[in-house]
Amino acid sequence: MNIINFTPLSALVGGLLIGFGVFLFYIFNGRLAGVSSIASDSILKSSNRIDNLLFLLGLIIGPIFYSLSGNEIESVLTNSLSLIIIGGLFVGVGTKIANGCTSGHGVCGISRFSIRSIAATISFIFTGVVTVLIFGVK
Amino acid sequence: MTKLSSLISGIIFGLGLTISGMVNPQKVLGFLNIFDEWDPSLSFVMVGAILIFSPLHFIFKRKSRPFFAQSFIIPSKEDIDKNLILGSSIFGIGWGLVGFCPGPAISAIAFINIDVYIFVLFMFVGFYLGNFFLIKK
Repeated sequence: MNIINFTPLSALVGGLLIGFGVFLFYIFNGRLAGVSSIASDSILKSSNRIDNLLFLLGLIIGPIFYSLSGNEIESVLTNSLSLIIIGGLFVGVGTKIANGCTSGHGVCGISRFSIRSIAATISFIFTGVVTVLIFGVK
Repeated sequence: MTKLSSLISGIIFGLGLTISGMVNPQKVLGFLNIFDEWDPSLSFVMVGAILIFSPLHFIFKRKSRPFFAQSFIIPSKEDIDKNLILGSSIFGIGWGLVGFCPGPAISAIAFINIDVYIFVLFMFVGFYLGNFFLIKK
């Protein structure tokens, strides 16, 4: 194992901001900011629909603000269409069945010391690591 | 008022995803590539977010209600069931194939890239299918 591309400072600062966004949503709206739930509720449930859509809009505005302030954003996605389709389906189906993703379980759940979320986070990091081990970084 | 706080929370969350590099699938895959060339950054993202939210949430837990809503909505389930492990495992495979989880995928809509839109579209199809699976059970 070699350690490459390690950016601890920007990762930590970004993480603190994510935590602050989650906190604001909690203290003002009384809800946990799990993105998979907010996104799936926005199409499957009518309650809080506008709030959910505005939160998702905010997620899109975030990087736009960042680039308008003169910063470069790097984002490299695989060019395999089949991987993109299968990946999207798996992420959608999996987070719906597990009722949470990296934010809902990984951030909100672990912050609350939820045993369920700790188990979920271990599971998705484990299968994620095994998947990359098998398929490599494409 | 919940509309304004939703939008602002989302913007700050999206800024965090951008600054941390999580909107770059290549970086996320680097985090999962533990056995080859490992980029540990993502662990700092999670630690940073938990470091802020965990103590603040425990402090405000004693508060009777949120500022703009009637009550706090917290999941009541505590048991580890089959759906939790099955769903998380499926999610992890998709995450490892592409390097997107739901938050960064939605933020990446900003980049005007057709491949991102295809991913997000199929993620929403996945929500429907997952919901169908849960209802049928």
